[in-house]
Amino acid sequence: MEKLSEFTDEQMQQVDKLIEASGTNPSGLIPLLEKTQGILGYLPPSIQQYISEKTKISANRIYGVVTFYSYFTTKPRARHRVQLCLGTACYVKGSDALVEKIEKDFNITFGNSTEDGRFTFEKARCVGACGLAPVMLVDGKVYGKMTVESLDKILNEYE
Amino acid sequence: MKTVEDINKMRQDMVSKTDDKTVIYVHLGTCGIASGAMPVLNALKKKIKEEKRSDIELVTTGCAGICSMEPLITVKTAGYEPVIYKLMDEEKALEVFESHIKNGVAIEDYALARGMEYQLKERALNKGPVSGEKKMEGNIPGIEEIPFFSLQEVRVMHNRGLMDPGKIKDYIGRDGYQAVIKALTEMSSEDIINEVLTSGLRGRGGAGFPIGLKWKFAHAESGDVKYMLCNADEGDPGAYMDRNVMESDPHSLIEGMIIGAKAINATQGYIYCRAEYPLAIENLNKAIKQARALNLLGENILGTGFSFDMSVYEGAGAFVCGEETALMRSLEGKRGNPRPKPPFPVKAGLWEKPTVLNNVETLANISQIILKGATWFREKGTVKSPGTKIFSITGDIDNVGCVEVPIGTPVEVIVNQIGSVSKGKNLKAVQLGGPSGGCIPKQHLDVAVDYETLQEYGAIMGSGGMIVMSDDKTGVEIAKFFMEFCKDEACGKCLPGREGTKQMLFLLNKISDGTGSEDDIRKLEALCDVVKKTALCALCKTAVNPVLSTLRYFRDEYMNSVHTNELERA
Repeated sequence: MEKLSEFTDEQMQQVDKLIEASGTNPSGLIPLLEKTQGILGYLPPSIQQYISEKTKISANRIYGVVTFYSYFTTKPRARHRVQLCLGTACYVKGSDALVEKIEKDFNITFGNSTEDGRFTFEKARCVGACGLAPVMLVDGKVYGKMTVESLDKILNEYE
Repeated sequence: MKTVEDINKMRQDMVSKTDDKTVIYVHLGTCGIASGAMPVLNALKKKIKEEKRSDIELVTTGCAGICSMEPLITVKTAGYEPVIYKLMDEEKALEVFESHIKNGVAIEDYALARGMEYQLKERALNKGPVSGEKKMEGNIPGIEEIPFFSLQEVRVMHNRGLMDPGKIKDYIGRDGYQAVIKALTEMSSEDIINEVLTSGLRGRGGAGFPIGLKWKFAHAESGDVKYMLCNADEGDPGAYMDRNVMESDPHSLIEGMIIGAKAINATQGYIYCRAEYPLAIENLNKAIKQARALNLLGENILGTGFSFDMSVYEGAGAFVCGEETALMRSLEGKRGNPRPKPPFPVKAGLWEKPTVLNNVETLANISQIILKGATWFREKGTVKSPGTKIFSITGDIDNVGCVEVPIGTPVEVIVNQIGSVSKGKNLKAVQLGGPSGGCIPKQHLDVAVDYETLQEYGAIMGSGGMIVMSDDKTGVEIAKFFMEFCKDEACGKCLPGREGTKQMLFLLNKISDGTGSEDDIRKLEALCDVVKKTALCALCKTAVNPVLSTLRYFRDEYMNSVHTNELERA
């Protein structure tokens, strides 16, 4: 099997271990992909092919699953993942102003990464912390009661 | 191997442990942690250590219910009633430690209430502390005097703010797993089904299907392999009741699953939980492990001969997976595409085996129905819809949080008395049921929340998200917001869902951005009708509801928008 140049040997060893533990049962596919992405950060077609050959699950099916669920990404994310919650409570409390500010300040549309590889901006579906709306997550950490003013301050903490 | 006697002994030990000591409760739900509860907890831990106060018990619990006042702590000193403190930070918490714990003086400015939620009924009777507790001085309202708490009827959430979700002993001490013991030792599958049927419990995920009936159908199916599933894919934006239950009282869900499994003869269960809820997943996994260690899950549960085990399955982010057939495909490791019904899952569900799927809140109701009986359950709620429902009330109100009220409570009570509309905001409408639901405008706020009545008004009970909207947003904007969501989340399997949501959004954009006409409103209505009748699953069938509902109540805003545009163009 061809070596995947984008990942280190160590990463691939971890992935191999996961595949071995998961076996060839197709019902274990989604957890396997979740854990693999946890190690590699993203799931490009090359790794999908790799998993397919090892598990005998068709590459077509793996691609179908990866592109269906929003958790998976085929592109590497930037150093920091910024997720702005666009649930209803956040919408009512003015999350649209935050979207506008980010798009303007970083000259970017949501779903993309800044060119310097610092931030990936994503829209999140309700994280269930509606009491703190509007809510933003940076690398999984929840920031509540966001304002246009507090946005800069928080983002500045992440280099 | 643990037996029924072992569990009962554990319970006895917990119940008889009534030593009256000083306790600090720190409430650690997702909201609390995000608001800074961890530094508060750590500061208190450090302080207790510094002062060598080993007599003080520090208890971490789940959410205390009123999210907008987080971080919350509750302080109880020996012999006195507890006091709940709101909006804590490290400094304030240490001030409370100095003043309340060391000098016995509560700090009025930081206090939210005297008393804890579980004491509500007795406190209301006594008009003060429960027996054995002395009143704390100071101008602090009793919890029974605060509408946010006093108007609630906490059944599903009866352990909230009181119990460490990471300790199965605490749960057992609160009568936990007594219902499982009863169901496994004294009741047959038919007995369980009958009790649940008589209780009239309906699905809390939104559709309101009678649970006993679903169980009866699955029970009647032959076959050795059946599955008991829990839908914890709480995808409606603005709804987080289920997260709250899973984080704060995970065992109540596990208990409901075991009893359901016995009713239908399932041996394996899964909780399908969305990945956006990491704390819920962590707490559930911990709880399952503890239950297994006490032989409450696994082979031959408590020596009763019944075997059942379960695990948590983490979703990968797709709104459509809240639909039952899509959820089962996802569990099988496939794309979460729904499929036509029949066959219904009770006949051919997960891996084509008979399967019951119930929502979190539904299952969390089960243990109390078994323990206290159907008659007790029917004491609250309406004849057609007995029991309580948890709503997460959010939006332009002061008291954002999870509230549990009897079904049939007027929307007005929930929004104005429990929630309290924020100062300077004019209430426009209350949105129920998220992207599948509709609005109740302010002139109809006296409407009772029950499955049938809400439908008459074009809204739905839904899973329990209740969003209070002020007149900052127009009806067109609200409809657009939800349609954008549905368009993004439509799975693409059926044409009406895939293309219909796209075209409806296109028309809504046109109407709101200044290029629409009256004809576009007519087209939008026609399209709603088509999608409603032809989409494959409930998600896109109901995706038209926010549009229809805003057209029904705020048609003038749609008309204004297109007329202004037509005038400008002329």
